[in-house]
Amino acid sequence: MTAGARRLAGDRLLQTLSILVLALSLVALMTLLYDVWSDGWQRLDWRFLTSNPSRRAAAAGIYPALVGSFYVLLVTAALSLPLGIGAAVYLEEYGGGGRWARLIEINIANLAGVPSIIYGLLGLSVFVRVFGWGPSVLAGGATLALLALPVVILSTREALRTVPMSAREGSYALGATQWQTIWHQVLPSAFPGILTGLILAMSRAIGETAPLITIGALAYIDFTPTSVMSPFTVLPIQVYNWVSRPQAAFAENAAAGIIVLLVLLLTLNSVAVVLRDRIQKARA
Amino acid sequence: MRIRQAFPVALSLALFGTVACGGGAESTTSQAAIIAIDGSSTVFPITEAVAEDFKASNGSAPVTVGFSGTGGGFKKYCRGETTISDASRPISTGELEACAQAAIGFIELPVAYDGLAVVVHPKNTWATSMTVAELKTLWEPEAQGKIMKWSQIRAGWPDQDIHLFGPGVDSGTFDYFTEAINGKSKASRGDYTSSENDNILVQGVAGDEYALGFMGLAYYEENRGTLALVGVDDEDPSNGDGPIEPSFEIVRNGTYRPLSRPLFIYVNPAELARPEVQAFVDFYLANAPILSKEVGYVSLTDEEMALVKARLAARTPGTMFAEHLAQSQKSLTELLQGHQ
Repeated sequence: MTAGARRLAGDRLLQTLSILVLALSLVALMTLLYDVWSDGWQRLDWRFLTSNPSRRAAAAGIYPALVGSFYVLLVTAALSLPLGIGAAVYLEEYGGGGRWARLIEINIANLAGVPSIIYGLLGLSVFVRVFGWGPSVLAGGATLALLALPVVILSTREALRTVPMSAREGSYALGATQWQTIWHQVLPSAFPGILTGLILAMSRAIGETAPLITIGALAYIDFTPTSVMSPFTVLPIQVYNWVSRPQAAFAENAAAGIIVLLVLLLTLNSVAVVLRDRIQKARA
Repeated sequence: MRIRQAFPVALSLALFGTVACGGGAESTTSQAAIIAIDGSSTVFPITEAVAEDFKASNGSAPVTVGFSGTGGGFKKYCRGETTISDASRPISTGELEACAQAAIGFIELPVAYDGLAVVVHPKNTWATSMTVAELKTLWEPEAQGKIMKWSQIRAGWPDQDIHLFGPGVDSGTFDYFTEAINGKSKASRGDYTSSENDNILVQGVAGDEYALGFMGLAYYEENRGTLALVGVDDEDPSNGDGPIEPSFEIVRNGTYRPLSRPLFIYVNPAELARPEVQAFVDFYLANAPILSKEVGYVSLTDEEMALVKARLAARTPGTMFAEHLAQSQKSLTELLQGHQ
């Protein structure tokens, strides 16, 4: 075998291996999806989406959990978007990369890896007790916003870095101030990347159970939140509740709940992708 | 151009959202009308069922139920954050002190029985019954790293590794089992597979010929095909001779000692002044016998339930379990009669 042939063989080997690894993870995902789908699809109907939880598995629904998840996500997005983008803009555009900024950067990267229950404990003592918000939608959304912030900040910084320096310099050359440059040039260019990060963060937040149970989110509630101070439950908690019941019928409910959560997540992701593509096209 | 306008608008909307939410904090909506319940995940299904029917029967207040565990529930209860606490064991000394310091009283109301089932794999032909002493040998803290094979529990059992499954340390089920078997709450070996989800324990034992685990009786009843029950012998002929296999009926007649336990709700007497709370607790006691059966537990006898209702009517303060529940030689009926 010549050296060239050996190099090509190695190339093919690596290619085959990569495809195998990809196939393996896809098969695992498909098995999981199939398992959930086959358990849960029969339970999926309009009544399941619009009913309150119940001890009778066949009559139980996810309405309060679905609405709760939606509201909590709204609060999370409303808090983590401005704070996250603001922090990233400071670090990237004003912070100047000194020792201080690097220290903050390391800390944010570390925060992204903190187990979610720790955020729950923080949320319980700060938002629920010190601020006196109680186990409310606001406290839950704020706790998840803490969890989402590092992801938003890191991805926004990445997005800001992709904006070419020439765009900023062009803006300055026309007499724009730094703030005008950021607001009119840098942020709009970086928006698609920021959006991707935000959606990733929201996808993580919507699946969280532990921190919300810690702050006192409920397992049974037969009304939907009327304000940000209302008590609430979310889909993952409802699923967790059903999964731990002895009766097999509740496992079907749990599977159906998981499907709803998956659909919600996919919708969220596709909206983000479509939005991003349209913005990119419009700019091009 | 359109994008340049769209972006600031989006950002301003988000900022406005933040401000609007911050403003909401001050205009706190009245949560006073809510009956807030938290506590044991074991008791949760009963309370959920009661709450559901309470609403259906034109209940006068919204009810919310959490399941942060018996211990977590008492922490909130003793801070005055909940009206009622679900518990799968009596209140502990530490919790009593916390409640006393906050000047929060309680009325202790048993609402149902639960049995703890000791289970093995169906192919396990040897361990059809065990004595309490044998279970202690297996589960006590000293057993950790030492009692590793079936043959070490009883001569003649296979010389195979034993694989243990049990609930996590935060659950009331764990507290109760350790107190009943090892003599001290939370005293247990740590080298076993634990899960807060009993269905995981079912799967663990059902998939392992040399496994042994313990869990709520309802989980065995729902998985009869994949698990085998171990009879438990407390070596005290006065409450049933020889090993006893639990069933819903046997748990109720009190012979399945020491692994049957009462489940409780703890009610804040100050809150009973609210008519909707009184109505809810009355509704709870009236419906607990039927609903507890429906969700997989064992109802109290009629006599016991009558005593519990009298306890509520008299607003009897304090706990009946000054000594530890599992070691108490008295039945629940005797305890109820002695603490009216």
